[in-house]
Amino acid sequence: MSFVDQFWQLTVTGLLVGAIYAVIALGYTLVYGVLQLINFAHSEVFMLGAFGGLFAVRALLPSGNINALLSVLLVLAGLAFGAASGGLAAFALERTAYRPLRRRGAPRLAYLISAIGASLFASNLAGKEFGRDSVNLPKDLFTYNTEVFSVFGARVSSQDLVVFLVALAMLLILDRVVSGTQLGRGIRAVAQDADTASLMGVNVERVIVRTFVIGGLLAGAGGFLYAMKFNASFTMGFIPGVKAFTAAVLGGIGNVRGAVLGGLVLGLVENYGQFFLGADYTDVVAFMVLVLILLVRPSGLLGERLGRAA
Amino acid sequence: MTTAVSARLSSPLARRLGGCLFLALVTAVVTGPDGSNVHPLDGVKNSLLNTRVFGFLVFGLLLFAVTSLSGRTKPIGLTQVRTRLSQAVGQRGTRPTGYLLLLAIAVLVPLQLSPAAQGSLFLDVGIYALLALGLNVVVGYAGLLDLGYIAFYAIGAYTTAYFTSSVINGKVVYPLPVHSPLLLNPFFVFPIAVLIASVAGIILGGPTLRLRGDYLAIVTLGFGEIVQILARNSDPLTNGSRGAFGVPPLSLHIGGFSYTWGQDALPYYYLLLGIVVVVMIAFSRLERSRIGRALAAIREDEVAAEASGVQTLRYKLLAFAIGASTSGFAGVLYATRQFFNPETFSLQASILVLTIVIFGGMGNIFGAVLGAVVLQGLAYILRDPIPLIGFKVPDADRFVYFGAVIMIMMVFRPQGLVPSRRRKREITMSEQGMGSADSLGSGEVSA
Amino acid sequence: MSTVLEVKNVTLRFGGLVSLDNVSMSVTRGAISAVIGPNGAGKTSLFNCLTGAYRPQEGQVLFTASDDRQSQLVGKTPHKITALGVARTFQNIRLFPALTALENVQIGVESRQRSGALAAMLRLPSNRRDDRDSVAESVRLLDFVGLRHRVHEISASLPYGDQRRLEIARALGTKPSLLLLDEPAAGTNPAEKRELEGLIRRVADTGVSVLLIEHDMRLVMSVASAVTVLNFGKVIASGPPEAVQRDPAVVEAYLGAAQDEGTGT
Repeated sequence: MSFVDQFWQLTVTGLLVGAIYAVIALGYTLVYGVLQLINFAHSEVFMLGAFGGLFAVRALLPSGNINALLSVLLVLAGLAFGAASGGLAAFALERTAYRPLRRRGAPRLAYLISAIGASLFASNLAGKEFGRDSVNLPKDLFTYNTEVFSVFGARVSSQDLVVFLVALAMLLILDRVVSGTQLGRGIRAVAQDADTASLMGVNVERVIVRTFVIGGLLAGAGGFLYAMKFNASFTMGFIPGVKAFTAAVLGGIGNVRGAVLGGLVLGLVENYGQFFLGADYTDVVAFMVLVLILLVRPSGLLGERLGRAA
Repeated sequence: MTTAVSARLSSPLARRLGGCLFLALVTAVVTGPDGSNVHPLDGVKNSLLNTRVFGFLVFGLLLFAVTSLSGRTKPIGLTQVRTRLSQAVGQRGTRPTGYLLLLAIAVLVPLQLSPAAQGSLFLDVGIYALLALGLNVVVGYAGLLDLGYIAFYAIGAYTTAYFTSSVINGKVVYPLPVHSPLLLNPFFVFPIAVLIASVAGIILGGPTLRLRGDYLAIVTLGFGEIVQILARNSDPLTNGSRGAFGVPPLSLHIGGFSYTWGQDALPYYYLLLGIVVVVMIAFSRLERSRIGRALAAIREDEVAAEASGVQTLRYKLLAFAIGASTSGFAGVLYATRQFFNPETFSLQASILVLTIVIFGGMGNIFGAVLGAVVLQGLAYILRDPIPLIGFKVPDADRFVYFGAVIMIMMVFRPQGLVPSRRRKREITMSEQGMGSADSLGSGEVSA
Repeated sequence: MSTVLEVKNVTLRFGGLVSLDNVSMSVTRGAISAVIGPNGAGKTSLFNCLTGAYRPQEGQVLFTASDDRQSQLVGKTPHKITALGVARTFQNIRLFPALTALENVQIGVESRQRSGALAAMLRLPSNRRDDRDSVAESVRLLDFVGLRHRVHEISASLPYGDQRRLEIARALGTKPSLLLLDEPAAGTNPAEKRELEGLIRRVADTGVSVLLIEHDMRLVMSVASAVTVLNFGKVIASGPPEAVQRDPAVVEAYLGAAQDEGTGT
């Protein structure tokens, strides 16, 4: 089949995966905004969210047939538990790997290293506790996983639709939170100048914790979406993590809408690239995008800074 | 009521108690039985709802008692830092007898070990000590973060495979589907691999180092992954996941003299020991030279270093390339001893080297070696249950512990086990708001 | 009298804000010159244009090295500018805090050395010679600024005034033909100020041209032989200090403001 024949199918898959990248990328971007640090452990927050949601659905799954309504409720429950697990993991991460260092005023290198340690610890502990094989969502959850409609010949299943719509909804909600609420104003103030924000009465500590938690909620729900589409395993965080970071840089790190745009663009580029290079090289495409964007336009498509463009 | 409780909880002592108990419970889970994906919470349940948890709680209380009694609650003031620093400076000086004693231990102890332990001493301790020495130049001296360090090691190993062949059962075996028209003795591959690795380092680092420092970390992470993926998927070049088999062992032929490093691990170990000692001497000279000073200046204040005429980008790139070439060198050595495939060059291997450097002490060459000896030695010993307590660390769980080691070091002892005096001073000072202690760009992490 | 530095029509803008507006001035070789002006007049912006931190949108900064070679400083990186022979100090002292006084100066001295990493690792003769030279030159400079007794002390543990002088020694280590001092008197006490005055004179006596950017009028009037006054990013007067001091525009713009702030004499 030629690229033209495949184009729409690749586009649908690209947007779908891209939406998940965007959801994770927001966590990187938000934390980068307030701390100017890459949160290397964010990928494990995503992984823990996937497991949290997945195990919750499995525990809640009744025996017998599942109708459409129940299926939707279970997915919502999975999302909620995924988000909660992610939020909790992010909170714990901030408490153990970041806050003690911030108390001391540690050099930046220390944060990066500490986050890498946390990532290593969390993913391998998950392997120990949850087994090292990949885990799928219960099969009968999506007995309704049929083609809903097609766009220019590209098949879109109900599952795809759910993943995409939920991701989109989360992105919209976050955008409102950052631009319209007091917490959002706090985040933007800290992102622009933490010292001044602190003088103006913003509780910087609290803003940082909440930023982590918001990023964690999103990544956790994103993890569940990802597990729904693919599967979950203790090593699942790394690759989507780096890709989401790439998405964040692509859009302009620290920029909320940039992260969304970056995620979608990366998802598309990666899927088109995969068509030409083969599935083995999907990840290589993403890394190449990262390197290229850093070389050509390090400030990203929409430019940096949380305060300005959010 | 709630406010009273939260007020009490926020007092430093209560917080420390909470921290210690939390640490104890986490330790209980980490050392406890495994869970499975069918019963995901069983591992945690069986770790905590078990009499063994009391042992850990007692450990937590002891930890609390010890840390509280040592009385380091008050943060020390700037003047105290200054006096301490002034005191610390005078005590320089080398102790040649101490070095000789260490060398004697390194020479004699392996003779007493089992062949399996000797093999591990070469592959797990020695090679990793060499790798750590190289990464230490990047992380310790230049204050940069390289997460794709093992990619250069892969470059070294594959370069060796490309340039060598061996004769097995009368048949010539080429390690890779492609081979160089000119086949070499592995010893001659060392300079080639070092050159290729450093060129790769310069190509990668050149553009990236112009950017914000932490981007180097993510770009090297991506680079490491790309190298592994390419090795895995380019079957016509690298044999894919089957790996390279048939790299000859090291051998030396000078005039009538001929020696081959064979099956026995000890000759390899002694060769490596010699290399490690030479590298240690070379790198400690580097640190004390104008280049080491320039790198220190860049870590402490990049703007001032530029203004003092230091070509900051060039020096960072130099350090990055020195690290890369050390890794490439180690790759050659490894390839001549051990079969390898793309899985040898995983991200975990890169992070293990980083763990060793962090644990040993950033910027200290003895720290890098000691880190390799202690961490890898413990990992080796703990494969089997310890007598009496029966504690062991299965291979699969090892990285849980390494991750914990990294975090604990960063939180409690960022300067590492054997700190470099200069590095320790920098960390203390940057925590007091003077200068910085890495090259990740100026600016503090918001308080 | 030749000029060592010629600033021609430099304009620097940040967005719509004009920080420097068509600034021209020149620095005479071997002399002590000064730029003064009230807070926000553009002194630091000018300084940053000279040292490569900012790149002005218009204009030229021409530097003539001791061998009469002229180079354009606009667009050059800070270390290149230092290599050409323009050294600087910082208003808010930027030493390498964890290094000793000696090592701080060595960094400057060694920026002129060329022995490489391999030479250092093998301890080749070129490296040993560089090392010896660097220590000797650095000790000489520490002696010159009066810090002979502080050689092995950690720079951050030095008293404030000593840190200022150490910074000057480090800058001199790069063998500049022009030394730029960014508010060297800021935060020093009267005794330290007097010592500093003497030091600046001694630096000029060794043939190094000095350009001071200063707030402290008394210091400028006593050491500088030529003064340029900036206000709102424009040059409003220049000439010998006595003439500038009498200039009505200066009296109005600067001296009045300075007296209000209480930083004058």
